[in-house]
Amino acid sequence: MDQRPDQTAMQAATVTRHGFGAGLLAALPVLLAVAPFGLIFGILAVEAGLEITQTMAMSSVVIAGASQLAALQLLTEHAPALIAILTGAVVNLRMAMYSASIAVHWQSTPMHWRMLAAIVLTDQSYALSIQRYRRHPGESLGDRLGFFFGVGSLTCCVWILATYLGATLGNRIPPGWGLDFVVPITFIAIVAPMLRGRANLLAAAVAATLAVLLSGLPYGMGLLVAAAAGIEAGFLVPTAKEHNQ
Amino acid sequence: MIPDWKIWTVIAGLAVVTYLIRFSFIGLLAGRRIPAGMTRALGFVPVAVLPALIAPIVLSAGDGSLSADPQRIITAMIALAAGAATRNVLAALVAGLATFLVLGATGL
Repeated sequence: MDQRPDQTAMQAATVTRHGFGAGLLAALPVLLAVAPFGLIFGILAVEAGLEITQTMAMSSVVIAGASQLAALQLLTEHAPALIAILTGAVVNLRMAMYSASIAVHWQSTPMHWRMLAAIVLTDQSYALSIQRYRRHPGESLGDRLGFFFGVGSLTCCVWILATYLGATLGNRIPPGWGLDFVVPITFIAIVAPMLRGRANLLAAAVAATLAVLLSGLPYGMGLLVAAAAGIEAGFLVPTAKEHNQ
Repeated sequence: MIPDWKIWTVIAGLAVVTYLIRFSFIGLLAGRRIPAGMTRALGFVPVAVLPALIAPIVLSAGDGSLSADPQRIITAMIALAAGAATRNVLAALVAGLATFLVLGATGL
């Protein structure tokens, strides 16, 4: 693979206003999904005992809802900090896949843009950008980066803003409302639409069953073991291609 | 009460690790291809981790022991069914929250 940045591409690698505007526009519909989760995280974090500064800091520097909720859940269960971080990290491992998949479209992008881009690589910015790159294969690198940053910056701003609203709202909700069960409802809502096909269903079933059986293990370690077993189980199901061979 | 140092440690640690995951193939390993097997394994991460997080909470009594609380179990089933049927995260969330509230209000 040719890795030398060629001159013309280098020059084109200025993020364009045109691309950025298109990204902002494309992000509007997904804000409907981002905002409620930000609200929920803000409310739950404050209910769990985090201060508003801590809640805001988490949403601003982690910018990954599911992992934030997972870490929060483990903190409230008094798991060690390391386990909370590890679990959040495992939840975010899917982003390595996004990183590899989107990097192919950003060849010869200067390092400073790559470092910035990594901050706002989320489910939304990845999904919308990849969709755009497939539909408009001739677009310049500057337009492509602009689009990504348009989606990424808007969704992240709304994420942080919604967290703030949730946190201030959460401060007014008296404790003991049984809000703790909102976390699993949120996770079920995220995962249910993904449960397609035998391999995914098996991975989910194995992970869920083992997690219940191992829930007595100290420090929330059962969760990590169960997740690893689930991934392995899904991986062992032959793909349709292998099956037909 | 969760100690302050612990909250800040988790925030900082999760931020750094998450940034490194995001930056992995964009920057650290730029130009390298991700092995096909790894892509496939990573695809199973959400469908394994999230159910592993969910199941014990649905079936827990809050003190580490298992219990079958109808409000929790029915809510989970409805949210799951709504998400699977509509393929829509928001629809599943609304269905789950509504079920939980209604069951709570009726005292089930």
